[in-house]
Amino acid sequence: MSENALLELRGIYKSFPGVKALQNVDFNLRKGEIHALMGENGAGKSTLIKVLTGVYTKDEGDIRLDGQNVTIRSPQDAQHMGISTVYQEITLCPNLSVAENMYIGRSDNIIQNWKGMFEGADKMLKSLDIPAEASAQLASCSIAVQQMVAIARAVDMDCKVLILDEPTSSLDDQEVQKLFKLMRDLKERGVGIIFVTHFLDQVYEVCDKITVLRDGKLVGEYPIKDLPRVELVSKMLGKELDDMSEIKTEKKDTDKEDDSTPVYEAEGLASTEGIKPFNFYIKKGEVNGFTGLLGSGRSECVRAIFGADRVISGSVKKNGKTVKIQKPIDAMKNGIAYLPEDRKVDGIVGDLSVRENIILALQVMKGFFKPLSKAEANAFANEYIDMLKIKTASADTPIKSLSGGNQQKCIVARWLLTHPEYLILDEPTRGIDVGTKVDIQKLVLKLAGEGMSITFISSETDEMLRTCSRLIVMRDRKVVGELKGDELTQSKIMSTIAGGEGQS
Amino acid sequence: MSQKGSKGSIQDLFGKLVRKQIFIPIAALFFLLLFNLIFDPGFFVITLGTNSAGDPVLSGNLITVINMGSELAILAIGMTFVTAASGGQDISVGAAIAIAGSTLLRVLCGTNTRPAVGELRTSILVAFIISCLVAMAFGAFNGMLVAIFKIQPMVATLILYTAGRSIAAWINNNELPIISDPEFGYFGGFIPGIPVPTPVFIAVACMIVAGLVLKFTNLGLYSQAVGINESSSRLNGLNPVFIKWLTFVILGLCVAVAALIKVSRLSSINYSVIAKDIEMDAILAVALGGNALSGGKFNLWASIVGAYVIQLLTTTLFKYEVPSDALPAYKAVVVIILVVFSAPTVREKIGNLKKKTVKREVA
Repeated sequence: MSENALLELRGIYKSFPGVKALQNVDFNLRKGEIHALMGENGAGKSTLIKVLTGVYTKDEGDIRLDGQNVTIRSPQDAQHMGISTVYQEITLCPNLSVAENMYIGRSDNIIQNWKGMFEGADKMLKSLDIPAEASAQLASCSIAVQQMVAIARAVDMDCKVLILDEPTSSLDDQEVQKLFKLMRDLKERGVGIIFVTHFLDQVYEVCDKITVLRDGKLVGEYPIKDLPRVELVSKMLGKELDDMSEIKTEKKDTDKEDDSTPVYEAEGLASTEGIKPFNFYIKKGEVNGFTGLLGSGRSECVRAIFGADRVISGSVKKNGKTVKIQKPIDAMKNGIAYLPEDRKVDGIVGDLSVRENIILALQVMKGFFKPLSKAEANAFANEYIDMLKIKTASADTPIKSLSGGNQQKCIVARWLLTHPEYLILDEPTRGIDVGTKVDIQKLVLKLAGEGMSITFISSETDEMLRTCSRLIVMRDRKVVGELKGDELTQSKIMSTIAGGEGQS
Repeated sequence: MSQKGSKGSIQDLFGKLVRKQIFIPIAALFFLLLFNLIFDPGFFVITLGTNSAGDPVLSGNLITVINMGSELAILAIGMTFVTAASGGQDISVGAAIAIAGSTLLRVLCGTNTRPAVGELRTSILVAFIISCLVAMAFGAFNGMLVAIFKIQPMVATLILYTAGRSIAAWINNNELPIISDPEFGYFGGFIPGIPVPTPVFIAVACMIVAGLVLKFTNLGLYSQAVGINESSSRLNGLNPVFIKWLTFVILGLCVAVAALIKVSRLSSINYSVIAKDIEMDAILAVALGGNALSGGKFNLWASIVGAYVIQLLTTTLFKYEVPSDALPAYKAVVVIILVVFSAPTVREKIGNLKKKTVKREVA
């Protein structure tokens, strides 16, 4: 089409039983361009990428690479053509060295030139400015460096197109900056980068162009400067959206002081995960949150409350009565529910159906000898599928085939079904689309309005400011402050996290 | 128009059937029966005769299949649960059968290895309950290694696999007791007046119990959840260690029942031969049923059908006078074909093939 065109997709169709995942989608990538692929969960981003990398075969359409029509049959095929992918989860081998990870599966020779391999890896790492030793074990590097090693591997394989699928979701700000620098370097070298992320800030920071998908269809391709954020969001959702400001007004009347007995109160709570003993309480209908940098111990605190890690000290009161919470089942019996941070590892039971995933916690509470009848289970599942607008073919669909946001809604449904008094949501909005994020925040405020106590944790501070009336600030596994009322501002949070008195 | 529609729906129905997990073992069963029907319809002959005691008994190849397949079907039940929850298999069930059988005989006979009729030390029921407890204890031992010490199930059960038959021999001081009470023979043979072999009833009873357990408890949901995602199960209030351990204890119970049948068939025991290699057949039954050996979702009925497929195969091969030395080799060939066809990737390919041909017809 135009000069410098690197990759062109025309009229791509792909459907699965019952779902049209992609319909007539076009996509263009030029040399030396960072191109964001945006859309809600289930919009077809992942499917498009899987078509590009040969994981799925397209039903119809053309793929042109460097002006030549190509057929991509398998991920190996894609790699040979110069299309490399770095996924959200690290797909390398943590127990091998950095160099081995960069070269694994690439040589046709039976004999490995170890010396050459290490030297080559070192050179590559240096040229990309990646702070890692070729001989170091991969697991000893930080997640960000592991992510970069994955990129280095891709780059070293002469890649023309680099696909980054949510690479930043487990990185902190500094690490993200390092990654962006690497991306800009590669851009200089003429590599075309497709960047998939849920973080709008990051899109506006590094990308040149945005392609928006919705419901498996192409919405459009826009240069970054022609598409302000609000418009991007409304294009992704397919409607003009004032929901964010709506949320704020809904919150107002939840900030009130009262002297009632807390629903949950802990004193000197500590677990084996190394958090300093902390005190905590939550009142009826209150929404509070833990904030702090990644690794500051906010997840560990709520895990201790739920008994997910082994509790080693502290006393707990539920509605003023002393109770013992050692295991998750104790917490559940005391009306506490916990949505874990890592949806894939701790949340979903992948092969089980949406229905089984939704009823699981309730079922466990009812006990081994009292299974729900199939009709009851279906009724519960369908009730929550409707209520939370979970997009699924049926209640029998395995949960792993749903998009991330819909999986998360199933887990929320699972805990709502147990009718908890106190609900802990640890990063419920991570890695899911804007629409679902808004849905979840609205739900939190609605539930609090109905009298449920909720602890809400999010990496995105503005989400917490919007929903919480009290924030507990963590630093280095210690509670360092508590903010409420007028103190709830971005800058005050930052300065509390950073420590010290002055506001920089 | 309407014709096309109905044709499509038949295709749909067929497609759905093919995708069902239980389809493969049932198809294998039909295929083997069809093979026999074509090459020797005499395979299906069932005759009502009398045995040496003058009681009516049914005999014929089909009767042999459902009779001899009983132990395997019972073991397949326990093995399915263990596989689902622990993502591994117990390879010590053959040795455990030797232990349970030996215990049974020891309790019945005491130190007298040739008790005369009516001289048994206790009732058969008491002896059976004791052998159940012993088998469950060994199951609990395996379960402890797997669930608490997180040893790979195959490695953990290798211990009992190696030591089990010696333990069995030691229980009876290496003697081979023989029981002459005819009642003891009922469990592996015939109850006077009933022409259907007793093991069939025992197997059916086990299946009914298993079905009731699945219906009235959460064993199915819990063991699948633990097998798929242990960490998430724990955060939902389950105790993965206990559930894994429990499945091994259940398998222990299945072992005791199978041991009763096995020992009763001979009214004696041979420690090194009894239930030899049955663990492999039991694992195979689970695999033939289309259950992932890596754990998680399972279909118990498919495993049970799988067990009878294996027995039917063995009986068919015997029928065609394959020498017993060569039997495993022939069996292997058929098993490979079955396992390949029940592999999810192959089935998906077949499913797609069907769809494509339908599409072409419509076009």
